[in-house]
Amino acid sequence: MDFQTLLILAQDAVTNSAIYALLALSLILVFGVTRVIFVAQGEFVSYGALTLASLQMGVMPGTVWLLLMLAGIAAVMETFRLLTSGAGQELPRSLATVLVPPLVIAGLVKVCTPLHLPLGWQVLLTMLIVMPMGPLLYRVAFRPLADATVLVLLIAAVAVHFVLVGLGLLFFGAEGVRTPPFSDAQFQFGFLSVSGQSLWVYVASSVFIALLAWFFNKTLYGKALRAVAFNRNGARLVGISPHLAGTFSFALASAIGCLSGVLIGPVTTLYYDSGFLIGLKGFVGAIVGGMASYPLAAFGALIVGFSESFSSFWLSGYKDVVVFTMIIPVLLWRSLSTVHYEEEE
Amino acid sequence: MSERLLTVNDLNVRYGKVEALYGASLSVDRGTIVSVIGPNGAGKSTLLNAVMGVLPSRGIIEFCGNNMGNVSIERRVAQGLCLVPETRELFSQMSVEDNLELGAFTRYRRGDKGIRATLDSVFKLFPRLEQRRSQMAGSLSGGERQMLALGRALMCQPTLLMLDEPSLGLAPLIVKEILNNISSLRSTGVSILLIEQNARAALQISDYGYVLENGEIALEGPSRELANNPRVIESYLGIGGVEAKIEC
Repeated sequence: MDFQTLLILAQDAVTNSAIYALLALSLILVFGVTRVIFVAQGEFVSYGALTLASLQMGVMPGTVWLLLMLAGIAAVMETFRLLTSGAGQELPRSLATVLVPPLVIAGLVKVCTPLHLPLGWQVLLTMLIVMPMGPLLYRVAFRPLADATVLVLLIAAVAVHFVLVGLGLLFFGAEGVRTPPFSDAQFQFGFLSVSGQSLWVYVASSVFIALLAWFFNKTLYGKALRAVAFNRNGARLVGISPHLAGTFSFALASAIGCLSGVLIGPVTTLYYDSGFLIGLKGFVGAIVGGMASYPLAAFGALIVGFSESFSSFWLSGYKDVVVFTMIIPVLLWRSLSTVHYEEEE
Repeated sequence: MSERLLTVNDLNVRYGKVEALYGASLSVDRGTIVSVIGPNGAGKSTLLNAVMGVLPSRGIIEFCGNNMGNVSIERRVAQGLCLVPETRELFSQMSVEDNLELGAFTRYRRGDKGIRATLDSVFKLFPRLEQRRSQMAGSLSGGERQMLALGRALMCQPTLLMLDEPSLGLAPLIVKEILNNISSLRSTGVSILLIEQNARAALQISDYGYVLENGEIALEGPSRELANNPRVIESYLGIGGVEAKIEC
């Protein structure tokens, strides 16, 4: 391997690592706050890229219908919950919160889709469609199971993953898409040629990670989310609602997933089911971080990105095998070096 | 006549088939300290957890005239009901200051501007917390952790503060300091419902007391009268009875 190949592989590795790091952070956040190992995180990546591709083709994306369907189910569940708990007076406000934003977004998409808006606006519309799916999925699939064991929550997450993949095939078909790059520029750094799109990935991921760090360390809402992750009972006793925290963490998860999809859409061809594998690689990064440490997860994502990139050069047919095999020594090391507690049933 | 703050009537709590609390009734008036004493396993912590909504219960719980039946824990906190549990439930991996700020979460959501002033008053009450404001809560000593738990509860400006065994596991000198702090809270207008195994100390700082035995209220009365009750002396105060005062 010559030096130039090494640089190209390293560049690929850093681009992929940035996305895996974002997904790993999001998986840790969702797990910490809700105890859900959110297997379906990757679906937001493919939904993000495929929704943007539909908008660019001037077609109303099928994800809008999913958004409306989720809002409808959530509205029925909220109505049932409030009426059976004797809190019917809260119904109008609750229904407005669940139904109005998706309806407004659907209307906006309907009006804007034929206009072939500039890329920036299309990205914004994509985020508006995909981001509310996170909180709605939490309301429909996970909030009713909030007190269940981690295993039950994992089973629910796997079910949600299969439903979203199936709906992805229904909405977008089996064809893969590659969206146009945000920038066609090429930058030359010595031997290394860096595309404008790769720079977009680095900058957007870094800015988003910096924003997350600021949010979790400097704002009371961010600290409240961390508090729920550290001590759920303690958080309730200071008035932090675990449901509110769950809703917020799922909103962040869908936003991060969608942003990742939008960023890598021009770099790689994405299919309706590509998100799962991407999400799993983020999961390996999160496992390196023990599903708890954000910096370690980001470091794990770097390891995943580099091993994927270099194994695709030496062992291209086995690159995924190499990445996922890494999880075994990490789990062995973690299981030998940490104290185990039985989960309370 | 003082205003009734908390009314608990015919409260029943079950753990599966085991009845932990049955028919318990008590009340707390505004500006008073009420203590509940009793042996281990009598249902004291269960009582507080049920009032806070942590445990499901049957019976009537009224706080400030409102029925708390279907009210979530978070809303009870927002209405001024605060519990410091026996286990403290601090955020060990966060700093002392972050723990205290999170105590004011419901006030922050309401847009309350006085949070910084409350933080200063908590630091005045517990100067040791100010010295340790950047330290992780998990690295504090037992007494400091109890002070932090109390301080965090005070940050939400509770109308009624419920304390579960605040002296548990602490050295005698620290117990004295904590009990002095609790006693001084009365002057700030906070009402307190205190659960304590240290019956003598509890009856000395409270205005009214209840004795909980086997899940039922066995005795009640003004604390001074309870402290002179031969049954209370025999079962809970031991040698010296009411004469053996602790310095508060």
